[in-house]
Amino acid sequence: MTGHDDHDHGRTFQPDHPEPTSDAALVGLALRELLIEGGHYTAEEELAVIAEMQGASPENGGKIVARAWTDPEYKKRLLINGKDSIKELGFDLEPYEFTVMENTDQVHNVIVCTLCSCYPRALLGMSPAWYKSRNYRSRVVREPRAVLSEFGVDLSDDVDVRVHDSTAELRYMVLPQRPAGTDNWSEDDLAALITRDSLIGTQRDLSTK
Amino acid sequence: MNASWGPHDIGGQMAGPIDLSEHDIAHWEWQIDAMVRLALEKGLISDFAELRDGIEQLSADDYDRLSYYERWAKSLAYTLLSKGAITEQELNGKIEAIRARQEAEGLR
Amino acid sequence: MSEPRFSVGQRVQIADRTPPVHHRVPSYAKGHVGVVERVCGMHANPELCIRGDGKPFQRIYRVRIPQTDLWAPYEGTDGDKLEIEIFEHWLELAQ
Repeated sequence: MTGHDDHDHGRTFQPDHPEPTSDAALVGLALRELLIEGGHYTAEEELAVIAEMQGASPENGGKIVARAWTDPEYKKRLLINGKDSIKELGFDLEPYEFTVMENTDQVHNVIVCTLCSCYPRALLGMSPAWYKSRNYRSRVVREPRAVLSEFGVDLSDDVDVRVHDSTAELRYMVLPQRPAGTDNWSEDDLAALITRDSLIGTQRDLSTK
Repeated sequence: MNASWGPHDIGGQMAGPIDLSEHDIAHWEWQIDAMVRLALEKGLISDFAELRDGIEQLSADDYDRLSYYERWAKSLAYTLLSKGAITEQELNGKIEAIRARQEAEGLR
Repeated sequence: MSEPRFSVGQRVQIADRTPPVHHRVPSYAKGHVGVVERVCGMHANPELCIRGDGKPFQRIYRVRIPQTDLWAPYEGTDGDKLEIEIFEHWLELAQ
């Protein structure tokens, strides 16, 4: 950790991310400096929180999926009680409940939060910009098939769509289908196949290429 | 369909194609994110519901115009001002100081 | 922990009201009838977290609603469903 003097704790902008100048961003920067100067939190605490947030990624969700693919008993527990089952793998989403929705030949699941952008960040990392966008949030509940098709997922009429609107204290992840031809694969190799979008439900088929 | 009750209540509205491009999160945005998390951890706010409530107080224009973390910043400021944790004078003074610093550095 | 008022498979109606406080029921779902898909845990009621009244903790249910009931016209099939989390005080048994 490099030293900060009292007047320099705000200056940690990276060269490729210039300090913002919009009025609203300035409110945020000003508030941050006030709270740090007021002793509500320290720049060190801030860095630790940022590091923790940056450490979460869809790889976490991928590990959960790979375990469920290779251990049928684990999969049962995961689908019934996601919150406790992920603790077996060292993950924790408290205070939220964690709900895993399984894709099958007949069902495709897709996740949204229409009112804001709730997302299981500890398991999937930061949500993509489109997940937070007005267009995704407003449209995917009303025309999920059209939206999925913009992501390259074209569902036939014999597949039912289930849209999950994350409105309260539950957080969601899709359990994608295991690709054919992966019977002898290790759990690590399987985990590496899994993409962020497949865990949100805007991707259906995983590639083994 | 019922009328929307706030700028955030948009499920089912008509909208255009989805922009699928990926965006990096800038360092200042991580800082805003951390600030909200630490405000909760330190008891400055009691629940993320307060953050959402502050966002929902934005005008429809602001809600659409502001970026994700700009909304967070405005919301937390609104909440902490209404709780008296900070004053309008302190906040405005700090904003002016940052603006002056940015001007001196040729950022604006 | 209070006993759940509703059980899996029951038909429930989501209240059609708009309290002037922060709440987590989107307008598009208000007034609609669905089936309880899952009984979840007790959670802090966000209406109370801000400034409304009500019990601090409430049961959450996942409610499944046919997409064809929510939207007209709907481009999809009768099997398409919307699933949403609703706090107990927003639900009544459907007629």
